[in-house]
Order: sequence, then structure tokens, then C-alpha cells
Amino acid sequence: MITGILTGFGILLFAFVWQTSLDGINRKIVGRFQKRIGPKWYQQFRDIFKALSKTGVTHGWVFDFGVMMALGGIMATVMFLPVVGYSAFPGMDNFFIFVYLLAVGMLGMAMSSVGSGNPLAGIGVMRALTQMVGYEVPFMIVILGIIFGHNTSSLSELAAIQQASGIMTWNLVKMPIGTVVAYISLLGMLGKKPFETFIAPAEIASGPMVEYGGKQLGMLMIMHEFATFIEVTLFVTLFLGGATTLFGFIAKYFVVYILASLISNALARFKIDQVIKFYYKVPITLAIVQALMVVFLGWGV
Amino acid sequence: MDNTVEKQENIRKGWDGISRFFRANSIWMLMYCTGCCAIELPQAMTSRYDMERLGMGPMATPRQADVLLITGYLSLKTLRRIIYAYEQMSTPKYLVAFGPCTLNGGIYYDSHAVINRLDQYLPIDVYIAGCMPKPEAVMNGFNDLIGMIKRKEANGWKKYEQNKDWYRKNQIQALGELRIKDEFHE
Ligand code: SF4
Repeated sequence: MITGILTGFGILLFAFVWQTSLDGINRKIVGRFQKRIGPKWYQQFRDIFKALSKTGVTHGWVFDFGVMMALGGIMATVMFLPVVGYSAFPGMDNFFIFVYLLAVGMLGMAMSSVGSGNPLAGIGVMRALTQMVGYEVPFMIVILGIIFGHNTSSLSELAAIQQASGIMTWNLVKMPIGTVVAYISLLGMLGKKPFETFIAPAEIASGPMVEYGGKQLGMLMIMHEFATFIEVTLFVTLFLGGATTLFGFIAKYFVVYILASLISNALARFKIDQVIKFYYKVPITLAIVQALMVVFLGWGV
Repeated sequence: MDNTVEKQENIRKGWDGISRFFRANSIWMLMYCTGCCAIELPQAMTSRYDMERLGMGPMATPRQADVLLITGYLSLKTLRRIIYAYEQMSTPKYLVAFGPCTLNGGIYYDSHAVINRLDQYLPIDVYIAGCMPKPEAVMNGFNDLIGMIKRKEANGWKKYEQNKDWYRKNQIQALGELRIKDEFHE
């Protein structure tokens, strides 16, 4: 019991420190990408603590409560993640737990930003939900294929199955089409650039974040770090075979996240209708092909 | 008794120092590009001078921003928007004025629609010289602002709180009426 709680807090702390440092490193890399020097690697920590040290305005209790709910929901989700074999609640890392728990945090954020009453926040939330409908369907088809093929939906068991004989049993090798689809969906989840419709600072003034300043903005930034950690860790566990050592995990995580951000910096933004059309044309077809291959031909099992 | 008060004071001071360190090294800007000075901001932001290495970056809304940049002359209509934007920012907030236009009205000094001295209406922390200021001057101005935040001298927002009546009187004199409110909750 006690060790479980301590493990949970350990995972939380690791998630925050690692993802926030990586965000700083990422800003440095993007700076070099654009021939700039870029900020210090710990710039993201300074931004978050600066935001927490400012005063915040309030727009009523829904606004404040939603921020708490978003941060709390996301932190609860992180605690369920199995990271490098450590898990706060062993045996409770079913994939569907994450699908549901992640929604608590996201809905908290949606509720809070709509509670601010700003029309741009409403547009941002609407776009975020529309985009979610776009990427969830192909992503879910691929994941259901994996679950069908391996006969389990527990993350740690899926990782163990993939670790059986090195790189050849990774889902990346066994289901390459599905991996590509899931990566495109991951870009949508992270809000990276071709699918950045719901933030779009130059168009709808950062969408849901438009009315946040000071403390609430700091809390939302922390929430964003945690959400990114969950999404990238899910990808690493489901397709890159998880990791048995901390170093392996960090290396895989680094590659996945930095690649996403480099893609983001090389591309322009889709309009929201283009996002949906794209997701319902290319990734969904590939996802169905992948699922058919797994279910009827038994490839990649 | 005295001891606890002293302790609390020390804690407050320590906390103040820590938060000033973070504030000085992470400055988010809201750019209100009123005049031609604004054209020098892209150079200061992109690869040549790279403002992000000081921890500065552009932000989308006044709520998120720490510093409001006013680049050049202000007509009465823009002054009204700037006052609204400034009131929306969360404290501590800073204000940087570009060019002599914010000091004396510049080329439109005798126009009925342009204000001459911005510091009558809002508290300015740093002025940047030059018409228009070169990117070097812009970066120098931001360095000054960072130094002032570290040394606790960037107190424009406190001055504004203390002398609010005086500022408000001037604002109303120029604009007729002002409606500062939370426009989404009425
Ligand atoms: S100071 Fe010079 S460059 Fe700046 S707005 Fe005035 S006239 Fe334009």
C-alpha cells in the first residue's frame, strides 16, 4: 500500500521533471533548427514557476474548479501508468482505463475554458473535440487490432509480449502500417503542427487558453506536460516494446517526442475541416487494412 | 513574538527573491504594434538577435503576458484598447515604450487624434530610444528591463495601483468615458 503510493508519486515526479526538461531541450533543438541559439534547457521550468508566482484572475467558480479537475484528473491518470516496470497499481493498467481517465482531465479543461465565457475559448474547445473525433477512430482501430492479436489489453503484458525477443517482436516491426497510423494520431493528440487547429495562436489567440493568466495558466502548463507524458508513454509502450531500463525508456521517448516536434516545425497548419477529411481518408483506410491483416490473415501476431 | 514576525518577513523576502528570479528570466510579451517601430521586433525575435535566449517570447493574449510593448504613436482609439489590455494583464506587469513618439507624439504631435505623452495615462517601465530603435537598442532595452526586475525597480504596476485616481482622471479627460469590466459576465 505504502510502496504503491510512493511509487505513484515517484512516477509523477519523474514524469514532470523529465517531460519539462525535454520540452526545454526541444525548444533548444527547434532553435537550432531555425538557426537560433535557443533558450536554456530549463527554460520550461522557469516559465511554469513564473506563471505560478503571478496573480490570477477568476471568471467564476466553474473556471477555477475546471482547472483543478483538469490537473487532478491528469495526475490520477499518470499514476496508473506502468513506467519501466514500476506501477503504483499493479494489474490495473488496462488500456481502457487510460482512455476514460484521460477524458476526465480533458473535460475539466473544456469546462473551465468555456466557463470563462470567451467566444475564442468556445471555438478552441469545439475544434479540440472535433479533432478528437478525427484521430480517435483510426487510433482505436489499430489498438483494437493489437489487443485482438495479443489477446490482452494490459499495458505491461503487451510490453512483456513485445520484449520477448528483441526488436523483432516490437509492434513497430510487426505492424508497421498500424504504427504509422498511430503516430499520425499521436501528432493530433499532442496538438503538433499539421493538427494544431485548437491552439492556433495567430488565428484564435491560443483557443482554450485564451483567458488564463498567472496561477491557472501555470497549472494548465503542468497539466499539459503530464498529458504529453501519458500520450508519448502509451505510444512507446504499445509500439516500441516499452522498456526494461530507465535509459531505454528515455531514449525511445526522446526519439518519439523530438521527431514529432521536428515534423511540427517543418509543416504548416491544417484547417479543422481539412484535419477531419485527412483523418477519415488516409489514416482510417490504413488502419482498416492493418486490422484486416491482423484479424483475417493473422499477420503481426 | 518578534521572532515569528521576523521569520515571516524573512520567508516573504526569500520567496520574493525566488519569484523575481523566475520573472526576470521568463518574460512573455504582448505586442501592441501601433506605429512603425514595430517593424524592428521581427529582427529582434528571429535568428539574428534571438530574443528567446533571454527567455522572452510572444504570447497571444493580455491575460498570459507579462510585458506590454507599445511601439510608437498612439491615437485615442488605440489608447482606449491599450488601457483595456493593460487592465486585463495579471500582476506583476511591465510596460515598454518604443521611440520618441510615446514621449512627445512624434510626427503627429499636433494632431487632435494622437496623444503626446503616454506616461500621463499608463506607467512606463522602460523607454527604448531611436526612431525607429535598431534591434540592438531593442535588445538593450529588454536587458535593462530584466535588470530592473532583478533589482526590484520595475514597479510601474505598483505606481499605477497607488495613483489610480490620477491616471484615471487623465484617461477620462482624453477619452470621455472608460468602461473597464469583465465583458463576458454581465
Ligand atoms: S518613433 Fe519613429 S519609428 Fe517609432 S512610431 Fe514614431 S515615427 Fe515611427
